[in-house]
Amino acid sequence: MTPSPSTGKSLLPVYLQVAPLTLVLLCFFVVPVLLVVIVSFMKYQMLVGIVAQFTLKNYVDLLSNPTTYALYLSTIKFTLIVLVITFVLGFWIAYFLVFHVRNLITAIGLFLLCTIPFWTSNIIRMISWRPVLGREGLINSGLHNIGLIDKPLDWLLFSDFAVVVAYVHLFTLFMIVPIFNSMARIDKSLLEAAVDAGATRWGVVWNVVLPLCKTGIALGTLFVVTLVMGDFFVVSVMSGGLSGSATSGIFNDLQFLNYPRAAANAVILLVIVMLIAAAIFRLVDVRKELVR
Amino acid sequence: MKKASGPLTKRAISRRSLLKGGAAVAASTAVTGFPMVWAQALKDITINHTGMSYSTIADIAKQASKDLGFKVEMTVVDHPGLTNRMVNDPKSIDVADMEIWQNKLMVPQGATQAVEISKIKNWGDLTPLFTEGKFAGKEVSRQGDSPFEFMYREAKDGKTFAKAPTAFASFCPGVYNADTLGIRPDLVGRPITSWADLLAPEFKGKAAIQNIPTIGIMDAIMAMEAAGIVKYGDKGNPTKEELDKTISELIKLKKAGHFRALWNTFDESVNLMAAGEVVIQSMWSPAVTAVQGQGIKCAYQPLKEGYRGWGNGLGLLSHLEGLKLDAAYEYLNWYNSGWVGGFIAKQGYYSSNPKTAMANLTENERGFFYEGKAATADITSPTGAKTNSAGDKRDGGSYEERFSKVGVWNNLMDEAEFLFAKWNEFSAA
Repeated sequence: MTPSPSTGKSLLPVYLQVAPLTLVLLCFFVVPVLLVVIVSFMKYQMLVGIVAQFTLKNYVDLLSNPTTYALYLSTIKFTLIVLVITFVLGFWIAYFLVFHVRNLITAIGLFLLCTIPFWTSNIIRMISWRPVLGREGLINSGLHNIGLIDKPLDWLLFSDFAVVVAYVHLFTLFMIVPIFNSMARIDKSLLEAAVDAGATRWGVVWNVVLPLCKTGIALGTLFVVTLVMGDFFVVSVMSGGLSGSATSGIFNDLQFLNYPRAAANAVILLVIVMLIAAAIFRLVDVRKELVR
Repeated sequence: MKKASGPLTKRAISRRSLLKGGAAVAASTAVTGFPMVWAQALKDITINHTGMSYSTIADIAKQASKDLGFKVEMTVVDHPGLTNRMVNDPKSIDVADMEIWQNKLMVPQGATQAVEISKIKNWGDLTPLFTEGKFAGKEVSRQGDSPFEFMYREAKDGKTFAKAPTAFASFCPGVYNADTLGIRPDLVGRPITSWADLLAPEFKGKAAIQNIPTIGIMDAIMAMEAAGIVKYGDKGNPTKEELDKTISELIKLKKAGHFRALWNTFDESVNLMAAGEVVIQSMWSPAVTAVQGQGIKCAYQPLKEGYRGWGNGLGLLSHLEGLKLDAAYEYLNWYNSGWVGGFIAKQGYYSSNPKTAMANLTENERGFFYEGKAATADITSPTGAKTNSAGDKRDGGSYEERFSKVGVWNNLMDEAEFLFAKWNEFSAA
């Protein structure tokens, strides 16, 4: 019963099947994004908000302001650092779970263990770093007690370091899951064959496992990049308001009801994230790999 | 409302007397001859009070609903949220608890209607700080947006402010306070006497400033002027050059690691102080109370350059009419009749009707919060946590002593848009 594309009648079921998702995407994605795009071309009146008049001022303002570039630079810096750390962690944790834990039940059990922190809210997991990293926190008082330091280390909290710690803690799982998923599909006999053919342990990882995990890595990267680039809360809380991100620029504009400029900033961010996503999908054909 | 005269009349504004007051309003309002019907219909009314977290407190709504016989509900928003709602969704608000400077935006837009002073029963008892621009017989500082400058309108539907008292108020005076720096007396290691101390090199990495541009800039300006770094013609309305200079100095300090943090919310300031991350910072009075409530010494330090004053007013939204407007007036009358004054005194704020507020405090509390006397027993916060012990005196002394030293008022400066752009640079630096 495959519908032939030449007859309109038999296409109806296909359209019906696609309709729910299309509708959901239309209502909750296309329309809101369109609204944001429209507002981004409107005028702003001080503390009143949107005035329905066409202007390019918001974009001109943003693109000619060094603050915008500083914020994006800061965001990209965080994204790259977090990406590298979560990838290294995620890859080896997944590797351990798939290839070193022989028993499937144990592997699944350990995998679930990784998800336990996610039973609490993001905010709690982030805030709980404060008593650990603070000036009178666990690490500082521990180091002080064993005599390694005589003055608390200030850079532990309210610093870029603290931001990275929180990001890594929050987002590593998003790297583990897709990599675990694609690693688990690797046929173990491939590894044996590689070893038989004289590959070293590293050679196997480099030439066999890594290429076969491309999909997982691409998906994990996509998650981490979008999460970090879209965040302002972690940055502002963990840096104590001292560092900014692209989204914190948007937040600041919202504070003064400058919706048009916030919208313009959102559109710029959206374009950048979509370019990154496009680049990732160019490197890895996720669709092809998924149906493999 | 009745004049309360002493500690024994603490509960003078009982539910009963209020209901009587309500009946009196009923008889005198438009629905002549049918007060019963009016009272019946009033029961179904809900008055929505929208304002900022520090003054929009659920306990107040609960007590008001109990005392007034109709429902009062609270919606908490932030400053931009309030202006935004009043413009874009005015029907969702009945009474707007605005900071004084917000009237500068809302009155010209016609978002609120004038409060007819003849309908506010205890207007004569309200503090002259609002109604006459005087305090303790002296003119109040006009640097920044002082309450009196925006207190009156030319006409009932007027969109301009009057220079002298008229019969139409822009809003009904609400809570207010004199803000200063919060310090940890046990950790600063020396007496703190000036706003300049916020920038003192010895507190490098142990100071914080609030990241709310309209208020943060005022703290910065007070400190910069006191330290002799920037000179201002009018601190309450700085020029572009002055703002530029101020922000670039702030950025220099930030890059040099002077600020441990920039705080956005009230509870962040509490945690910074309580954890000892910061020893001197911008702070709001209830935050000091909250730190003290944890048993940690925290002072709201009076400084020689004076305080940064602020005030709130309850505005009536333009859409109010008929029965609902009557109910809103009743609420305004209730608001200044004492219970609220007593409640918010415990978080360090003052009521625009000090007389009834004081009558709603115990002798010990009245002495501590208003009269600058040493506490004779424990002092507690509105939630009941102990904040001060017997023998403690309020930082800065009595109500009169504190308010006669307001140096500048919270405001919306002429160059606000420029300020916001510059402040963004500061947060991003």
